[in-house]
Amino acid sequence: MTAPVTGTPRLTQHAAPADGRIGASTPRPDGTLKVTGAFAYSSDLWHEDMLWGHTLRSPHAHARILGIDIAEALTVPGVTAVLTHADLTAATHYGLELSDQPVLAADRVRYQGEAVALVAADHPETARRAAARIRVAYEELPVVHDEASATAPGAPVLHPGRTDHYAAHVPHPNVLHRQPVLHGDARAAAPTADVVVTGDYETGTQDQAPLGPESGLAVPAEDGGVDLYVATQWLHVDRQQLAPILGLPPEKVRLTLAGVGGAFGAREDLSMQAHACLLAMRTGRPVKMVYSREESFFGHVHRHPARLHYEHGATRDGILVHVRARIVLDGGAYASSSPAVVGNAASLALGPYRVPNADIEALALYTNNPPCGAMRGFGAVQACFAYESQMDKLAAALGMDPVELRRRNAVAQGDVMPTGQPIDSPAPAAELLRLVKERPLPPERPWDTGPADAPDLRALPGGLSNTTHGEGVVRGVGYAIGIKNIGFSEGFDDYATARVGLALAGGEPVATVHTAAAEVGQGGVTVQAQIARTELGVPRVALLPPDTTVGSAGSTSASRQTYMTGGAVRAACAAVRDEVLRRGRARHGWPAGELRLADGLVVTGDGTAVGALADVLDEGPVERETEFRHRPTQPFDPHTGQGLGHVQYALCAHRAVVDVDTELGLVKVVELAAAQDVGRALNPLSVVGQIQGGSTQGLGLAVMEEIVVGPDGRQRNPSFTDYLIPTVLDTPAMPVDVLELADPHAPYGLRGVGEPSTLSSTPAIVAALRQATGRPLTRVPVRPEHLVGRA
Amino acid sequence: MEYLRPADWPEALAAKAAHPDAVPLAGGTDVMVELNLDRRRPGHLLDLGRIAALRTWETTARTVRLGAAVPYRDVIARLSTELPGLALASRTVGSPQIRTRGSVGGNLGTASPAGDAHPALLAAGATVEAVSVRGTRHIPIDDFYLGPKRNALAPDELIRAVHIDAARGPQQFAKVGTRNAMVIAVCAFALALHPHTRTVRTGIGSAAPTPVRAPRAEAFLCGLLEEGGHWSSGAPLPPSAATRFGELAAAACAPIDDVRGSAAYREHAVAVLARRTLHRTWNAYRTSNDAAITGGEPPCA
Amino acid sequence: MRVNLTVNGRPRTADDVWEGESLLYVLRERLGLPGAKNACEQGECGSCTVRLDGDLVCACLVAAGQAEGADVTTVEGLAEADGTLAPVQRAFLDAGAVQCGFCTPGLLMVADDLLASHSNPTDGDIREALSGNLCRCTGYEKILDAVRLAAARADGTAPR
Repeated sequence: MTAPVTGTPRLTQHAAPADGRIGASTPRPDGTLKVTGAFAYSSDLWHEDMLWGHTLRSPHAHARILGIDIAEALTVPGVTAVLTHADLTAATHYGLELSDQPVLAADRVRYQGEAVALVAADHPETARRAAARIRVAYEELPVVHDEASATAPGAPVLHPGRTDHYAAHVPHPNVLHRQPVLHGDARAAAPTADVVVTGDYETGTQDQAPLGPESGLAVPAEDGGVDLYVATQWLHVDRQQLAPILGLPPEKVRLTLAGVGGAFGAREDLSMQAHACLLAMRTGRPVKMVYSREESFFGHVHRHPARLHYEHGATRDGILVHVRARIVLDGGAYASSSPAVVGNAASLALGPYRVPNADIEALALYTNNPPCGAMRGFGAVQACFAYESQMDKLAAALGMDPVELRRRNAVAQGDVMPTGQPIDSPAPAAELLRLVKERPLPPERPWDTGPADAPDLRALPGGLSNTTHGEGVVRGVGYAIGIKNIGFSEGFDDYATARVGLALAGGEPVATVHTAAAEVGQGGVTVQAQIARTELGVPRVALLPPDTTVGSAGSTSASRQTYMTGGAVRAACAAVRDEVLRRGRARHGWPAGELRLADGLVVTGDGTAVGALADVLDEGPVERETEFRHRPTQPFDPHTGQGLGHVQYALCAHRAVVDVDTELGLVKVVELAAAQDVGRALNPLSVVGQIQGGSTQGLGLAVMEEIVVGPDGRQRNPSFTDYLIPTVLDTPAMPVDVLELADPHAPYGLRGVGEPSTLSSTPAIVAALRQATGRPLTRVPVRPEHLVGRA
Repeated sequence: MEYLRPADWPEALAAKAAHPDAVPLAGGTDVMVELNLDRRRPGHLLDLGRIAALRTWETTARTVRLGAAVPYRDVIARLSTELPGLALASRTVGSPQIRTRGSVGGNLGTASPAGDAHPALLAAGATVEAVSVRGTRHIPIDDFYLGPKRNALAPDELIRAVHIDAARGPQQFAKVGTRNAMVIAVCAFALALHPHTRTVRTGIGSAAPTPVRAPRAEAFLCGLLEEGGHWSSGAPLPPSAATRFGELAAAACAPIDDVRGSAAYREHAVAVLARRTLHRTWNAYRTSNDAAITGGEPPCA
Repeated sequence: MRVNLTVNGRPRTADDVWEGESLLYVLRERLGLPGAKNACEQGECGSCTVRLDGDLVCACLVAAGQAEGADVTTVEGLAEADGTLAPVQRAFLDAGAVQCGFCTPGLLMVADDLLASHSNPTDGDIREALSGNLCRCTGYEKILDAVRLAAARADGTAPR
């Protein structure tokens, strides 16, 4: 490929093989289907005789339901069923961690958009018209919308009578979970600091905005069960929640992954799954549900908006003495994964810095705002914006270069996190900062490509809107680095399952890989096949569709699937290989000692072939199913936050270069350079794609993405007209440096890659905006009015 | 919902007369959004797609009669000489796909204060050719916008065309959005110099309940240009002039705080855009030959 | 109502079409062509881009009735009849421009159209042409690489 290619990875250790093994930029196995339009996404499904499901949602953020009258809706021609809470015959609530969310609201709604009733009809428009005829009598209740209103005397308690295991440790029943982390003695150390800076920061509600809407098809089965084809991040946890709601044993709730149009955390919680299954079981007909974009904003959880207070103390030489941090996350109406988000925010609150003394508190609130849960970066994003803003503020107070300040405090392998957990694999924070810092800066005035009176608008802040021809434009440069945990933390029994087979097809050995890992676009399917090729030495690998007939793969989240399902595939391959060798040794006298599989042959350590796979597969295929676990973690102590809570840490650093129209507050990010350590790049092209994609979501949070929620708890911009995500004219060149410093605890030494770039991108851009404008900019997304002081 | 598909213009007018609730459908870029999002369920959709004349334009030395359904793409590609301000505005409309279908007639029919064409029409000077079975009205653009999403069309009228004065001086359009492409205006400003009449006209979008002009800003600038002999001399404007022009433009706004921007920001931004577009247009005027030839024209009214 | 149109060279008919339906719904739900995608249905994402009588449009904003008699090309019609991928399709695969792929059909239609009219587009031209198509996965870098690659292959400066 000789076309200009940006973001070429700088691979430090491994030459890339071209044979589809690990380390190669192997093309996606689903790529041809995706470019021809033949890939079946969850919204593309069709079934003979199918009905369309539709959800009626609450217009109020907090209200009592006095009554629901469905009689008129049932009379609409073409309507087959209308369901309400009264039709639920088994479990009435669900949730990833706490079952606190109603399948359909019974007597109370706690957020705008909460599901109240369901309709099945012959056409989406019929279903919509019928839903409009369901009469719900509401009595509005006072809205809890922030920490003050949630914990005020007499505040409505959103979930009275809590019995969950967090309830014992929270200061108020509207605090879902609170996690302190105490490290050293911040109180004693603070007075010894030469310089202290404090800051209050805020992050807005970000939406994952996957392009594929929530959707799926539920098909009732003859055995009384249901088959659900759906876009999700974790088939088995969906089933775990669905079976009790449907009153079915888990084996009668069969899920198959339909094509997933992006996820980013939005598909961790149930959306339409239970509703479509309930309608299918009621009507005895297949039911398809597809959310509109507006409904999607109400139908999944968002990134927690957060308020963060920080105090950093340092010596005159810029060595950190202490940090105090308080992080308040708004979890919205239901728990979702808020407790784990709190754990991340608390345990990663200091960033990748050595801090001898820290006093950290993170908590999540129950409010009547939209429920929040998982989004790429998961609690670490909010903290990173605050601690990196603080590092810049501290550098300014010290008169020190901000990268130098970071370098002086950067963690490395062997350092201890505030939770007491040592970092026991490479953590090249200083090196990553050096890589982005030493890149040449992009040229100034990139719009000056032609005549002076005809600037290239596309290179200017405001773009095609013709706002500036260079007037008022000031350049800024900013840096940031972040730290993210990889995998599920805090003692969770995190595992993945893979079933690998090896058989002859037409005389050739073919491997089959079957896992339940959700391919959401990240390229897990590519990597699984690469691993099988590598371990089994066969070029041909068939991937079976992810479904619940194989064991759980865990979630496609927390940057964990290459590590976890990749680890499971590798382990299953090893088991298959062992069986192949056992057969060969028994039948053909293959030598003991180390033997490898390569190119369909069985070879010794020095490469001598002793046999072929075909020699043993002729007696039948080999198949092995294996569960893979990362090393165990521990819960954080509820009072001190101490514990070996995380599996692995990953670091990414950014340098942002921006041009700001300082009179209008419009921004053009000119370049966003990243450096990330990935341990081992199993597919370098995919690795770079992940880093660039994550960086862009961080860019969105920096300058445009926010669900604006009023004090009434209502979303004010649930559409792609007003919830803006970056276009190609908003995204800059994104050169990427990839380091490969192996983690000895992980398969192939790899380090999860999906999330880290989402953390530091935002504060790097905001730092650049501060440099260009001289404004403090303590809230993201930064809006034009903030850049010109006209909020 | 009934789908009406008139074969020609008289049939369309008859349909609109028979069904005043019928929603005209041309590019669909506004109407279909409302249908898809379940915001609107009109009794009738009036598809104007078969009326090819709506997608044509006629140009004279003085005006362009722009068919109501001429897509923005054609304004950009084919009419940027005659309608430079509108062409600049058109390039900021939605996405390339939207510009392929969306039209000035649609912008006028919807009459959103955020419609991108409006400021350019106000600045250039235009009349809307509104037709019904009762006859044809030419509605001055200044009288066309009545309120948020309300215009001066009678229920039985359709927009046949808009007559826009062909540019005889520099025109500019600039729009603030919080994204660098595909964005609704937070505010927008258009300025047209009319050397042949020694007048200037302005248009402001998204900063009041309707698109508006800034009459005091126009009067100030007119007076300044006249008194200073700038039209004939082409002399640079005093630095304070652009600032004052911007202030007066901002004063013409009656903005609100909304999810797209604060009222204070809108006023501020309109002032900046007014200043910048004045610099651009005046520099263009000065460096063109126009300055020499306008000496004998009448002063502004 | 009934709608007759030509899609990817084949005459097609859709019956019982509701008057408020979009061309996108007709293609996806009535004609078995779900390649054009339904990400926003308000013209703000480009994922439903198809060619309608030669013009790139958002199929979600074309009323079904407006497609009467029209000639429509969807992503399913980009490859040759024998399955040979179009140059932009190959370039998207080779450059790593596809992740979740939901934006891909719309982007392919736009990229194909751009390269048909501009043999050697600048980066600015590519960005402007693609500015109506949202991608949430890639950050667009690999998509730009793909369009550059397809252009370079077309003019012989990159190996096919």
